[in-house]
Amino acid sequence: MRKWGLLAAALGLTMAACGGGTTTTADGGEEGVATAGGSRLDVVKDRGQLLCGVDGGIPGFSFVDESGTYSGIDVDVCKAVAAAVLGDAEAVEYRRLDSTERFTALSGGEVDMLSRNTTWTVSRDTSVGLEFAPTTFFDGQGMLVRADSGIEGLEDFAGQAICVETGTTTELNLTDQMRQISVDFEPVVFQDADAAYAAYAEGRCEGMTSDKSQLVARRSTLPNPDEHVLLEVTMSKEPLGPVTINNDSAWFDVVKWTTYGLIQAEEFGITAENVATFEGTENPDIARFLGAEGTLGTDMGLPNDFMAQVISQVGNYGEIYERNVGLDSQFELERGQNALWTEGGLMYSPPFR
Amino acid sequence: MAHDSGGKSFDLKAMLRDERFWKIAFQVITLLVVFLLLSFFLGNLNRNLIQMGRAFGFSFLLNPAGFSIGESLIQYRPNDPYWRALMVGLGNTLTLVAAGIFLTTLLGTAAGVASFSKNWLVHRLSRIYVGLVRNVPLLLQLFFWYFAIFGALPSPDEQIGVLGLGFLNNRGVYIPWASSAVLAVLGIAATIGAAIAAFYLWQWRTKIRIETGAGGQAQAIAVAVLGLVWLAIIVFGMNWTVPEGVEGGGVTGGLRLSREYVAALTSLVFYTSAFVAEIVRAGIQSVSKGQWEAARSLGLHAGIVMRLVVFPQALRVIIPPMNSEYMNLTKNTSLAFAIAFPEMYSVATTTYNQTGRPVEVFVVLMATYLILCLLITLVMNQFNRAVQFKER
Repeated sequence: MRKWGLLAAALGLTMAACGGGTTTTADGGEEGVATAGGSRLDVVKDRGQLLCGVDGGIPGFSFVDESGTYSGIDVDVCKAVAAAVLGDAEAVEYRRLDSTERFTALSGGEVDMLSRNTTWTVSRDTSVGLEFAPTTFFDGQGMLVRADSGIEGLEDFAGQAICVETGTTTELNLTDQMRQISVDFEPVVFQDADAAYAAYAEGRCEGMTSDKSQLVARRSTLPNPDEHVLLEVTMSKEPLGPVTINNDSAWFDVVKWTTYGLIQAEEFGITAENVATFEGTENPDIARFLGAEGTLGTDMGLPNDFMAQVISQVGNYGEIYERNVGLDSQFELERGQNALWTEGGLMYSPPFR
Repeated sequence: MAHDSGGKSFDLKAMLRDERFWKIAFQVITLLVVFLLLSFFLGNLNRNLIQMGRAFGFSFLLNPAGFSIGESLIQYRPNDPYWRALMVGLGNTLTLVAAGIFLTTLLGTAAGVASFSKNWLVHRLSRIYVGLVRNVPLLLQLFFWYFAIFGALPSPDEQIGVLGLGFLNNRGVYIPWASSAVLAVLGIAATIGAAIAAFYLWQWRTKIRIETGAGGQAQAIAVAVLGLVWLAIIVFGMNWTVPEGVEGGGVTGGLRLSREYVAALTSLVFYTSAFVAEIVRAGIQSVSKGQWEAARSLGLHAGIVMRLVVFPQALRVIIPPMNSEYMNLTKNTSLAFAIAFPEMYSVATTTYNQTGRPVEVFVVLMATYLILCLLITLVMNQFNRAVQFKER
């Protein structure tokens, strides 16, 4: 009897002692919900810095050089969003993520957005729980082989090894394509792109498959770039663009319309150099776009002149393309599908109104 | 008794002085803290899942996987469900674990015993091996074996033949193997069965020799016959196919061990064996010097002293830490995904990336490795009981 009395007393006392603790936890929890329920946009503004997930190993898209400076199309998209939200294109902290880490890093809140050559697919949009901002690069999956290998098409891969990076759409497309033509091949699946290209370079695989732009960019880093050729096949559609997490439309809208803004600026002919000359323009579309009229920016929770900031600091889509992968770069890729819709391409922005 | 057991007057001071009150109170507090932490983290997880509009569940495992896997023990097609893909990964992990534990035991014991060798070269080699391998991270060693050693092998059109029995190239290692999987399984089962039977026969022989002083020839002959039968089964029953080089590169027949598998196995075995060697060395050193000297004074030579007197006693010290080395090896197989070996962890990463369900996949992963390690512990505990000192 006494033992139980003692136990009850002890329980009661500790309960009382922990009572305060329990309520504080509950309060903390509610605060947590409030933050979680609020938008990422406020988090980024409070922090004063944008956390942007990039690949960091693909020249022309996102590449970190010896001095630690990031460059590329994907990096410029991060900069554009930082310029729009914070007014400073350099207020970005880049996180290098591999293809398997990227979605968990985003859903775990480790990064605010991905700008990491991520293909827009329906399952990622729905079941994986992501939101895809407009495509910044229309790509297709290709196959890199040695010029002297005698391989001319996918049929020649029977019994041969193909290196591929895991967690990518290319891994799935490769399987689908090979199933379609009933070719038995050996997939060698790497978690790390660097390891995959190294294994391909030293001969573990006959073929290396990825997005064509990535293969072209990576070929330039192989020991003898001239010994490798791209096959004349396009295995899939690969629309690549920035990504945010589901169910945060305020933040998603910011990323989406900043990206559209880059395209719209090119259509208007506004560049980093001439943006200042559009001050006090008579054209109402451009005045709205640059924030001189209307409240497009403030309605979104941004400074009204956010697009003016973006363009003066980063440039429009055409400028970004040309300096990173286009004619002003070592890759000299044609605009092709990535030209404006007015020039026969797929780049099209809904109206800023 | 200072206070009344009826509890009419509640004496707080007396209770606070009571040692038993504090013992219980501390346990209750600890439990509460654990409970609060758990509920905080689980609540957080739940809130985040709800925010992303997703419910916790495992039904996604029934959806088609859609990716291909390089090597597999069981039949697998890309449109098979995710759970089957995970089973393929588990099978690959198990082949790595089984071969790894077997080879580690052999190499580790040999290296540990070698450190006691009077032969200068053998002794030095053992020490250098342990010192070098034990102090380099396993991931580095995996890359080293994969890229520097097996990557340096020639391409299939210039492959190296080994004694007409196998081939080496930068795709893998080709060895003779039974012509069908069923035969291979039967052969392995026969080998294990014969080994167990021989062990018990030999124990029976020793017992008879001790108890009756008889020669035990009958049992010795039985072991020899068993050995011959086993040899006959292995040599003639397996329908061996020997790998043959193909004109222009490549190999047909035999068994292909992929370069990923061989590199993973080699680095795991070399790495873990270095630790096992130290455990074996410690075990042998724990046997008192008097045991050596007594055995030597009976006129036994060094090899017999080690085998019959010292090593059986050393086993008592060796077995418990060996258990954790085997578990380390099991868990370290997950690093093999860095060199593209499609083991459990590698398939699981692809799965959670494809489905966006890291929490569920990691639950499956953790449960798998937990069960594997518990099974190893179960076996090792039985073994430990068998070698412990028996008081008579």
